[in-house]
Amino acid sequence: MMMNHTLKSQCKVGPGTIISGKWHANKYTVIKELGFGANGVVYLAKHKNTQVALKMSDNGMSITSEVNVLKSFAKVQGSPLGPSLLDVDDWKSNRGTISFYVMEYIQGPDLLSFLQKKGRSWTTVLFLQLLSDLDKLHENGWVFGDLKPENLIVTGPPPKIRCIDVGGTTIQGRAIKEFTEFYDRGYWGLGSRRAEPSYDLFAAAMIMISTAYPKRFTKTTGGVSQLRKAIQQKPELLRFEKVILKALQGHYTNAKQMRADLLDQMVDKRISDPPLPPIKATSPASSQNSVKNAKASQPMTRQTYRKKRKKSGWKEFLLIAVILGILYAWYTFNKLL
Amino acid sequence: MYTGKIRQILLITDGCSNQGDDPIAMAALAKEQGITVNVIGVMEQDVIDEKGMTEIEGIALSGGGVSQIVYAQQLSHTVQMVTRKAMNQTIQGVVNSQLQQILGRSQTMEDLPPEKRGEVMEVVDELGETVELEVLILVDTSASMKHKLPTVKEALLDLSLSLNARTGENQFSVYVFPGKKNDVEKLLDWTPKLQSLTNVFSQLSIGGITPTGPALRTALSSFNQKQSLRSRLSRDDESYFEESM
Repeated sequence: MMMNHTLKSQCKVGPGTIISGKWHANKYTVIKELGFGANGVVYLAKHKNTQVALKMSDNGMSITSEVNVLKSFAKVQGSPLGPSLLDVDDWKSNRGTISFYVMEYIQGPDLLSFLQKKGRSWTTVLFLQLLSDLDKLHENGWVFGDLKPENLIVTGPPPKIRCIDVGGTTIQGRAIKEFTEFYDRGYWGLGSRRAEPSYDLFAAAMIMISTAYPKRFTKTTGGVSQLRKAIQQKPELLRFEKVILKALQGHYTNAKQMRADLLDQMVDKRISDPPLPPIKATSPASSQNSVKNAKASQPMTRQTYRKKRKKSGWKEFLLIAVILGILYAWYTFNKLL
Repeated sequence: MYTGKIRQILLITDGCSNQGDDPIAMAALAKEQGITVNVIGVMEQDVIDEKGMTEIEGIALSGGGVSQIVYAQQLSHTVQMVTRKAMNQTIQGVVNSQLQQILGRSQTMEDLPPEKRGEVMEVVDELGETVELEVLILVDTSASMKHKLPTVKEALLDLSLSLNARTGENQFSVYVFPGKKNDVEKLLDWTPKLQSLTNVFSQLSIGGITPTGPALRTALSSFNQKQSLRSRLSRDDESYFEESM
């Protein structure tokens, strides 16, 4: 709290302030503040009649770190997940030197406000987009880390989901740099904070849950049981229960698998040919149906699995008993002789 | 390349010391020995008084560390953030001094053009991931902290979760003050995992005094004892190595 406060006051500039770079000598006119977080303040600014987003921080390290991430994003072909980087520089203000970088201004409402306005039928579409973008990111060796609805902007038309804060993006295999508790699997006791694709997929599943709980909820017992209850209390989530639970428990090793399952949920089971476009498939009747299917099919497979295991267990036991019996008989036979 | 380890003291308190050595002086003493002191001030609904606030900031300042005031609910996130931030600060300091050796006296990372900075940052990131980290956690258990202790425990488990995701090794140790008999009491000796902390916190006796200074002094000596043990062990290693050669 204290740090945020001091940070904000140091990088706080009013509309009309001209920020000029020390190294590249570009000039930016501040229009308004877009938001601020633990790592700095983001402003909407104007540069040669184009609108740009400018992030500044008194912590030069975090600026450099984020710039590194954005640069490597630029190398990924056709990955529009993060904003594109335009400039990096230092500004010599009267309060000292402040590092900043300039990026493309991604305009639009955040994910939750978009869904509130446009309706739930967009949920799946946007999540499918998100998952294929995440997949590209993961294939290039990164993990997004701090994935949350506030960091997701829907631009358009046509609506397209984009991420705006790359501060948490981490190289796979390292420890996650930045996270938000509600979307962090470590907080819920459901996994480590090591950067791997399943970490992002957990966060994606939590974002799905938060579409039905915009105000989130607090951890009580934690673990998958509390989250399962939360899903089951909301009819709009029940449809995705299977996918969400699998992602929460880390059963997906990559975003492709989760995307395929999500797509599968959207295909109407009764009319198999031709498949309906995803948007039309959200009628409550069909969703309830698919939930029943999901519920019915899961325990069945589990039971058969257990039966199989039991059977093989018996076989093993018998085999061992027979072998031991033979050995013992042979032993006593030898002794008698 | 830097191969040393990073040593930190993390002090969790809710106010002012009232007994023994000046904690700010003890923090300065720690810094002299290459140990960073970070402080987290925990608030409930009430606000920490001016005096406590000044002390918290003073300890972190002279201890070369980071201080942060938080509400109890935000403690988990803050504990890991402060530890990480202080670790990065130390690494940055090391990298900067290496840069100065290479590039000349007044050069720091800020003097490099932004393009070059990125490469240095990669080194800093790499070090942050792999460096060996020792954190001694010092928890104030005076009367006013009593109902915040469950949150503190949770925050420490969370810290161990965060740090153990790194490739580098971690060592944790936990001390509380005031202790049952002495000013300070050891709850947990150096260990890579904090999970064993689960039960110990419940058996605490809660006293009225807050000997922050003496607690810091004991914490320092714990580092030194560890070091001497280490050096003895490593010396053994070396002789063994020589023989086998």
